[in-house]
Amino acid sequence: MLSVLLIVLAASFFTGVLIRTKSIASGRKGPGIFQPLYDVFRLFRKGAVYSQTTSFIFQIAPTIYFTSVVVAMLVVPFGKSAGLISFDGDFIFFAYVLGLGKFFSIIGAMDTGSSFEGMGASREALYSMFAEPAFFILIGSLALLTGHTSFHDIFLSLHLGSSVSYALGALGAFVLLMIAMIENSRMPIDDPKTHLELTMVHEVMILDNSGFDLGLILTAGFLKFAIYGTLIFNLFSGTISYQYAIPLFIAMQLLLAVVAGIVESFMARFRMTHNAQYIVVLSSVSLLVFFATLLISGKFI
Amino acid sequence: MNELIVIWIFLLIPSIALSIFPFVNQKGRAIALYAAILLLSIFASIVAFNVLLGSDFVFSLQGNSLIGNIDLKVDALSAWFMLIINFGFLTGGFYGLFYMNEYRKQKNNLTLQAVMFILLYTSLLSLCVIQNGFVFLIAWEIMALSAFLSIIFEHEKAETIESGINFLIQSHVSILFLMLGFIWVGIQTGSYSFHAIELYSVQHQGALSLLLFLFFFVGFAIKAGFVPFHTWLPLAHPVAPSHISGLMSGILIKIGIFGILRMLLLIKVDFVVVGSIIIIISVVSGLYGVMLAILQHNLKKLLAYHSIENIGIIGIGIGIGCQGLGSNNVILVSMGFGGALLHTFNHSLFKSLLFYTAGNIYQATHNLDIEKMGGLIKKMPHTAFLFLIAALAISGLPPFNGFISEFMLYSGMFQSVHHASILSLLGIVFTITGLVLIGGLALICFTKAFGVVFLGSPRHNYEHEVKERSLYQLLPLYVLALVIIAIGLFPTIFLVFLAKPVQLFTNLQGMSFSNFDSLNLQAMQGVSKSALLILVIGSVVFGFRYIMTRHKTNKLSDTWGCGYTASSSKLQYTASSFVKSYSQLFQILFLIFKKEKPVKGIFPGTAMMETHPSDLIEKWLIDFPTLKLQSFLDRFRFFQNGNLQFYILYGIVFIIAVIAIPLIYFDIDLFITFLKQL
Repeated sequence: MLSVLLIVLAASFFTGVLIRTKSIASGRKGPGIFQPLYDVFRLFRKGAVYSQTTSFIFQIAPTIYFTSVVVAMLVVPFGKSAGLISFDGDFIFFAYVLGLGKFFSIIGAMDTGSSFEGMGASREALYSMFAEPAFFILIGSLALLTGHTSFHDIFLSLHLGSSVSYALGALGAFVLLMIAMIENSRMPIDDPKTHLELTMVHEVMILDNSGFDLGLILTAGFLKFAIYGTLIFNLFSGTISYQYAIPLFIAMQLLLAVVAGIVESFMARFRMTHNAQYIVVLSSVSLLVFFATLLISGKFI
Repeated sequence: MNELIVIWIFLLIPSIALSIFPFVNQKGRAIALYAAILLLSIFASIVAFNVLLGSDFVFSLQGNSLIGNIDLKVDALSAWFMLIINFGFLTGGFYGLFYMNEYRKQKNNLTLQAVMFILLYTSLLSLCVIQNGFVFLIAWEIMALSAFLSIIFEHEKAETIESGINFLIQSHVSILFLMLGFIWVGIQTGSYSFHAIELYSVQHQGALSLLLFLFFFVGFAIKAGFVPFHTWLPLAHPVAPSHISGLMSGILIKIGIFGILRMLLLIKVDFVVVGSIIIIISVVSGLYGVMLAILQHNLKKLLAYHSIENIGIIGIGIGIGCQGLGSNNVILVSMGFGGALLHTFNHSLFKSLLFYTAGNIYQATHNLDIEKMGGLIKKMPHTAFLFLIAALAISGLPPFNGFISEFMLYSGMFQSVHHASILSLLGIVFTITGLVLIGGLALICFTKAFGVVFLGSPRHNYEHEVKERSLYQLLPLYVLALVIIAIGLFPTIFLVFLAKPVQLFTNLQGMSFSNFDSLNLQAMQGVSKSALLILVIGSVVFGFRYIMTRHKTNKLSDTWGCGYTASSSKLQYTASSFVKSYSQLFQILFLIFKKEKPVKGIFPGTAMMETHPSDLIEKWLIDFPTLKLQSFLDRFRFFQNGNLQFYILYGIVFIIAVIAIPLIYFDIDLFITFLKQL
């Protein structure tokens, strides 16, 4: 339960901080931290414009996308307190329920019959396919290390073994951060601020969404960032008591947002054709984690 | 005596149905056909449930000196597959009745089709029961032939005949391998009974048993469609009538899986070796199947390649189950075989549903090329909805049934990593990566299929009206969809029936396993709860959305064209463009024939581009050797010169040889011993 509150809290400021960091880095003053939230609330109160080409799929897709992210959020634990849903193998459910949302956001984009949105949908499907193995190998290695198969148990017993596992945690954090970047369509995979539809991935898929639906999609995006941020935090938190864990969590989320903002300010987006290779590299990093785990657990003899 | 009555009823129902065919009109035949299937399936289901919840059904029929006694046995494995077959034929038969209504003018054809349908059904059921190699092969042959005749329903098309013959030949290659296996045991032990196979393998453990298993494995794998024995599937499925394609993919290829499982129970092999072989073949099948599926433009061919993928997933389950048997890991065994068996059922549900919806589309548009579809959701909302359910299920997404079986496989593997040895760990990581990639690729494939077929605006103007099929034709499809959702939401109910089939495998190594609850995994309840939670939260969000947008004014407008106003449906993303970046990335694995006439000059003329995805494995493993063999055999063409005199000469030469060789054999033998003495 605690994790849900904290994720919602983190989601409320994460994107704002990120945007503010980018503004400051480029010498502007920038909007307030809660500006993205105001935008969403404004959207919730607006009517919508629907394309004549669309069908009921376009109407339900944003809702199901949002639902999938919320359900995924319930799986994520926070330090000592388990997520609302916690069972052996819950991380499989986590990845697949996000897949459900992805499926609907893709067909929602294709429902408009726009070639730009089809293009974005095609890229989204391809990139998320490449990113999945990295996630599964990473969590699989942690399961191997700890002997547990649910998020909560894995994270709780991660650092009871040795301090070497902090090094693994760092590699794991890198993988998760990059997956978060891919899932949220940020740099260096996708540039949310680009002005050319041809080079967009996620932004172009939601070109035709407006009003309440667009609000849901944006909110889901905020939540997704916070979900991955919480997962990264869990890699290190272990069994710290709440009075330290909660401030630490907020500090870490702020740090992540600032880092992401700085990275986006000083880095250019990759060429589309290089994205796939880049994402495959991610799987190799998680394989590295796997082999390191093998070393630690003494399976290499 | 009770058992004998059961067998009599089983034989009488189809015989009576077939014998009244000549005396009734076409409608009567349809009713007789469905009544027979209904009765038979109710009857077989009662037997199967009795076995799943009680004890095995065993009976032995008196045979003759050649065959030996014909043992019949319904154990838990047979019962599980009988239930799958029953449900498939009940829904498929009902759909078929209304699907074939289009062809009601071809009376003789339809009657043949009906006869073959009953034969196919009864032969499939008996394959699950028969425990005698000789009779098994006869039933297998009846199944192959009736399937062949069902496939070539539209035999006036050259393509249909060609694909049908391909199926027939490959079926007989499969029979050849099975025959070799049965004869091998038959010669060694003097009995064709399945029990003899078990005895033989107990006596000859090691390489001989493994070889024997591989003979059976290849035979059954051809039927199941594992790569590289898959090449008949993408040919036969598109040309068959849709209810037959659905049943072929949902039921017929599963009898291959049944055979492999049956042989695993009988033959004592090194399970680690067999497991590794099956896993490698399965991961390759899974990946290759889905990778080629993505490229296909023909809807039914796409689905056929997807069957190969799903057979791969089932195979992965069998493979990790074998690994578990080898390493005495009860979780791996139960989750592996349990997942495989459940996925067999699941696949029969969503793949039949997909083929039936494809059949609806074919009858509405008279076309299977997805590049000529688009926007069908507005004309065929029911079909679109059903296709969507099946597409989500086949992509393995919660809260549908595909997720449950894939979750079982993942769960088994992740549960066992902590205690696994280094070698099996590497195997597990390989398998998990394969399974994850298969899932991701399936998502690409079905977002493409659903998006291009049903969404957007029409890409082609049909002269005729495109409209939804009748409610009767949609009814069995809704039944399938309901079961898909039921398994996704309440998997624990269905797992009760899986306990006994899985026990057969755990008993092989004497592990204790009574049911899935005894594994002490709260996972399945967790999955079930979370699936329900998706529905609850989804409805809450929908309700919130309804309240918020109730009084808002919504406008209708054109799709945003990025400033370009003269947008036409031809500018839409096509199926090929949707997978363009994907096919470029993996192009070394594909064989795509391309015909192109590019746009040239200031005033370009007509331009065109055509691509035909082909199968690299088929080219090198089937077509290439066949062509080489053919050109080699062409050298002996001169024998067949059409002169009667020569043919008589061949006959005389043959007769002389037959008489002379035994006569001079003694002399040759003498000569050889003489040489040896030198």
